[in-house]
Amino acid sequence: MSDTIILEVARFNPEDGGEPSYQSYEVPLRPDWMVLDGLNHIKDQLDGSLAFRWSCRMGICGSCGMMVNGRPTLTCETLLMNYAPGPVRVAPLDHFPVVKDLVVDLDDFLAKLQKVRPWVVRKDDFKPAREFIQSPAQLEAFHQFSLCINCTLCYAACPVSGLDPNFIGPAAIALAHRYNLDSRDQGIEDRLDILSQHEGIWDCTVVGECSVVCPKHVDPSLAIQQFKLTATKEWFKSFLLPRGKH
Amino acid sequence: MPQYTQFQPKEYRPKMSAYWYLDHWHYLRYALREASSFFVAYFCVLTLVQLAALGTNATRYAHFQAFMASPVMIIVNVIALAFFLLHAITWFNLVPRVVMRQMLARPTPDIVSSAPNYFVWFGATIILALFIMGVL
Repeated sequence: MSDTIILEVARFNPEDGGEPSYQSYEVPLRPDWMVLDGLNHIKDQLDGSLAFRWSCRMGICGSCGMMVNGRPTLTCETLLMNYAPGPVRVAPLDHFPVVKDLVVDLDDFLAKLQKVRPWVVRKDDFKPAREFIQSPAQLEAFHQFSLCINCTLCYAACPVSGLDPNFIGPAAIALAHRYNLDSRDQGIEDRLDILSQHEGIWDCTVVGECSVVCPKHVDPSLAIQQFKLTATKEWFKSFLLPRGKH
Repeated sequence: MPQYTQFQPKEYRPKMSAYWYLDHWHYLRYALREASSFFVAYFCVLTLVQLAALGTNATRYAHFQAFMASPVMIIVNVIALAFFLLHAITWFNLVPRVVMRQMLARPTPDIVSSAPNYFVWFGATIILALFIMGVL
């Protein structure tokens, strides 16, 4: 087997005003190297003008998500060896505007995330004298959704996100649902108004790829389908008891 | 003067291909699942036409049977049946994801919640087949 591998990396320079193109680089193929190590080798040794995001190198920060051979992937936890003998095509995440090379603009995602209020919302003046007790079952209800690292691979995998830019999207809905399921939270009614719009849960057509590509094994598709059931029940309640308290 | 200061930010906004569902087998499978709804509707309409012919008179029903026995209709119906099966199987397999997993008290394997659909399906098919063959 060759001791090098070709990385075909998407390049886009906003100052040129042109279309993105691919540039090939030959990098060492080492058994312990991730795709991110290959990109860092290019940046350090071959071409310092290449732009990409990374930080923790251990699948925690969610910064280094890219399309590797057409699949949304965390480059810090994907071995280069998996793609031998190559070439490996690395591109920015699908369905996001590209700022430069492999760097995408996450402003729209962050605005959607803020819109669904992904934090504990209390309606009362909550000043507990001691810690809030949660049973293992209550923790289990939301735990897997709290593992989301906002890497946005699920947005790149979701064709609905690409076709409808207004779709709130898998990660934002999963995180909203994480707080809906939290026994400390009282914000479900506020989130219901946002999530039960067409651009919320009802835009999802259960493609399911968001759950397949998630590097933290979160199941955003399940969160969306669960919330569809909740929203349906709430709609029936408000239809049958229009003046009742729900 | 650099151009970017005048038109900042100058991002590249990729357009999604009209053939995005050919990019990956998972997307193609999803597109076929969605398209299979058309063939389910086709079978519904076909059943209504069959019942209408049956309710009119014997000659009309004989014409319907002759039409359905033509090679073209047999090919159409084989294709429609394949899509119908795809529709049923893919949606039965989605039941755990959509409904059952949250209705059951504790986490269970997907097969536990999708199996009842298959039992009802096969049971109804056997009963109908026995009825048509005159056993029941």
